[in-house]
Amino acid sequence: MLISEDLTCQELVELVTEYLEGGLSSTDRDRFEQHIVLCDGCAVYLEQMRTTISLTGSLTEEAIPAETQAGLLGLFRDWKQG
Amino acid sequence: MVAQVEAAETELLDALRAGQEAAFEALVREYHASIVRVARIYVSNRATAEEVAQETWLAVLNGLDRFEGRSSLRTWIFRILTNIARTRAQRDARSVPFSAVGDPSGEPVVDPDRFAPAGERWAGHWKSYPDRWDTLPEARLIGDETMERIQAAIDRLPPTQRQVITLRDVDGWSSEEVCSAMEISETNQRVLLHRARSKVRQALEAYLGQD
Repeated sequence: MLISEDLTCQELVELVTEYLEGGLSSTDRDRFEQHIVLCDGCAVYLEQMRTTISLTGSLTEEAIPAETQAGLLGLFRDWKQG
Repeated sequence: MVAQVEAAETELLDALRAGQEAAFEALVREYHASIVRVARIYVSNRATAEEVAQETWLAVLNGLDRFEGRSSLRTWIFRILTNIARTRAQRDARSVPFSAVGDPSGEPVVDPDRFAPAGERWAGHWKSYPDRWDTLPEARLIGDETMERIQAAIDRLPPTQRQVITLRDVDGWSSEEVCSAMEISETNQRVLLHRARSKVRQALEAYLGQD
């Protein structure tokens, strides 16, 4: 993809993940970053996406039900006995 | 760092081979939930996914002596899992895995009303900027209710988006690992991840914008 020089905010929000994943070519990345430098709205939006990702990463796993855990432990004991 | 991980893994493997229950319990705590989630990509219900997980654990234990550490323990476990899950899905005559292609992805991730309409001088630019979150009290930003909103937003996502965001952002998988487990292309994975993250952001914006 080649981002045009007059990248709009509406277009930029669709490219955020591609940008964060390192999927943009170097020209496109430069245009994306130039827009961010000049546009407070998009800078805030990008920051919100980063915060979203880090908050999602701090979700806690639901605990494994005791029954499942006991079943797996039984499996392990059987395996140990060969 | 890598050396540390490897050392920890070698230690864990030795403990497992020696039959130490605590080592197995630690492994289960770390991977069981992800295993069930990935199994759900292939099989139709939770009960079957639990059976697949159970079968995977047995295969992992039986294969321990053959595991040579050429890949990480996690990669190895999930390779075993996807093989078992595929076989199971074929037996149950379910097409594997359900395609991500059918996902409607033409929808914009931010409401078009937030931008100036075509024809205006600032067409396509924010009408008013989104709110900064870094000025919010920390207790609110990382509070329990915020976490509940995120979980609820993820639960509402279409299945393929939910799987991608859970594996990538909750479980911390790499994009290669997700693509191979879900049998989707890099591009597809990115589209699904983008839509999923954007919807979670939107839910957060709605919640954090309340007073």
